[in-house]
Amino acid sequence: MKKLQYTILILIKYASLLFGSFLSIIPVVVCAITAFKTEEEYSRTNVMTLPENWGYIGNFKIAWEKANMGKAFINSLIIMIVVLAGAIMIGTMLAYVLNRFQFRGNRLIRNLFLVATLLPGIAMQVTVYQIMYSLNLINTMVGYMILMMGTDVISIYIFLQFFENIPVSLDESAIIDGASYFGVFFKILLPLLKPAIITVAILKGVSTYNEYYMANLYLQSKDKLVTVATSLYKFTGPMGNQYNYICAGVIITLLPALIVFIICQKQIYSGLTQGAVKG
Amino acid sequence: MSELSVHKSSGKSKGFIKWLKSSKGQRATVVVTFMFIPLVLLFVFTYLPFGKMVEFSFFNMKYIGKREFVGLRNYIDVFQRDDCFKALKLSFYYMGASFVQLALALYFATLLSFKVKGGGLFKGMLFFPYLICGIAVGFIFKFFYTRGFVLDSLLGFLGFDLEKLPYWLKDMRINNISLAAASVWRYMGQNMVLFIGAIMSVDSEMYEAAALDGANYWQKFRYIILPSIKTIVVLNLILSITGSLSAFEPPYVITGGNFGTGTYFVIMDRIAHQNMKVGLASAMAVILLIIILFATLLQKMFFRYVFNDGNEDSSKKIAKKMAKEAK
Repeated sequence: MKKLQYTILILIKYASLLFGSFLSIIPVVVCAITAFKTEEEYSRTNVMTLPENWGYIGNFKIAWEKANMGKAFINSLIIMIVVLAGAIMIGTMLAYVLNRFQFRGNRLIRNLFLVATLLPGIAMQVTVYQIMYSLNLINTMVGYMILMMGTDVISIYIFLQFFENIPVSLDESAIIDGASYFGVFFKILLPLLKPAIITVAILKGVSTYNEYYMANLYLQSKDKLVTVATSLYKFTGPMGNQYNYICAGVIITLLPALIVFIICQKQIYSGLTQGAVKG
Repeated sequence: MSELSVHKSSGKSKGFIKWLKSSKGQRATVVVTFMFIPLVLLFVFTYLPFGKMVEFSFFNMKYIGKREFVGLRNYIDVFQRDDCFKALKLSFYYMGASFVQLALALYFATLLSFKVKGGGLFKGMLFFPYLICGIAVGFIFKFFYTRGFVLDSLLGFLGFDLEKLPYWLKDMRINNISLAAASVWRYMGQNMVLFIGAIMSVDSEMYEAAALDGANYWQKFRYIILPSIKTIVVLNLILSITGSLSAFEPPYVITGGNFGTGTYFVIMDRIAHQNMKVGLASAMAVILLIIILFATLLQKMFFRYVFNDGNEDSSKKIAKKMAKEAK
């Protein structure tokens, strides 16, 4: 009796996992299937039918050209490098000061960053737009990159947590050795922060790569300032029904995220967990 | 590094303290230079816009050109117009969805925390939607829900009559549920990963002890897993309620807010960036911010009241409860 019960439980467990995973990937899988169909095949067959020729890449070529994805990948790469470098510098420096120095206002500053997370980003863009406008930063890569750097609290928390586990005695002995605070930070602590930096780089990298709302708002000239995420906007409007092209475009944009995910699964999971604990 | 270790032993000497006092100036320099940029960014892109938002909400204005002080007119409009405040009722769909989402996440997290064949693969598949760009999600679901396409075909295999199926994105009776389901699809995996992280942080001896006492799955879940992840579940519950008030992405990328799917923020975005009624949009934002802050506060108080017993020392309690159950 007990054994039967156990078998049934195991059965339910695997059945629900299979069902859940199926639902998770089926929208994307069907999209991939459609991306490999020729125009004629797409209009003739049901969406669930597998393509006749998996080697047909015509849709990808057309999507790549129509959405100007070559340019988009270059722009996204530039944005990611600058934003990651900036966000990591800003985040580590701030976390260093907040963790290692006791001064009046330390707590206040921590709270200011915490409260900032409560304000929904979309609502703030109503007036951030006006500020960007008066700073002449609309339609410039620089403006967008500054904006992306300044709006990240999660990474600051990941760095803060990491600093708590680095003994202060390390700083102290270096200072006795004659190192300056700048020296301590750049030569001793920054290298030790490597795991945290990698975690932040992956998380922030994926979110920067995928960011579309602000990119759409602040990088309006879509031929020059297109990013990978906003390149997909090309498919709205007249092309809105040609799903064989659209799906090809979608698959191209999610491929880098998929590769990063497969390689860095562990860091992504642990990074998410670290960022959430203190939030 | 070798030099470093030599000096470590004398690290707490008086010379160090003396030196510290004389270097107050240097400390201040570091604090100021390191914090200058982050604080400027925080001020310019968070608190300044917040202040401006309150200011703008009293004006009839566009981004460019003259503005006119109108007092509380915008606030009155938010409550009187048909498309503004009433859009908040759509939040209930997303609130319902987020409860489903948390329940599913908890269920899968519990399953995946124990030994499962292919566990990593299942986890990856359930989580991956979270990493897809929002715009791509929009296209994927437009495609998924189109008449005769993915969802209809799937239901067709199960024997549903295609003629009787609704238009998932156009039918006003069902389209908000379709969108909320897309939201569950996207974010369930993220909740699940957080929960797995919390469950894994429980001492594995607890499970072994429970197994020795002959605890079944439900007892393990109820008395070991649930107490240990209570904090993070409550945190996510709070986030999901405020999150559903500010639901934005699914309607924005899938239907563009048409066919009665425009949530509060989608309408606000349209009023601000398409109709250029910046004053009205600011008033909408301020009202929702007040509601969100109020809701957050209320929820925190409520959960503190409900959970005020034994936050820290739950392990002892569990042990006692297990003992009682065993008897």
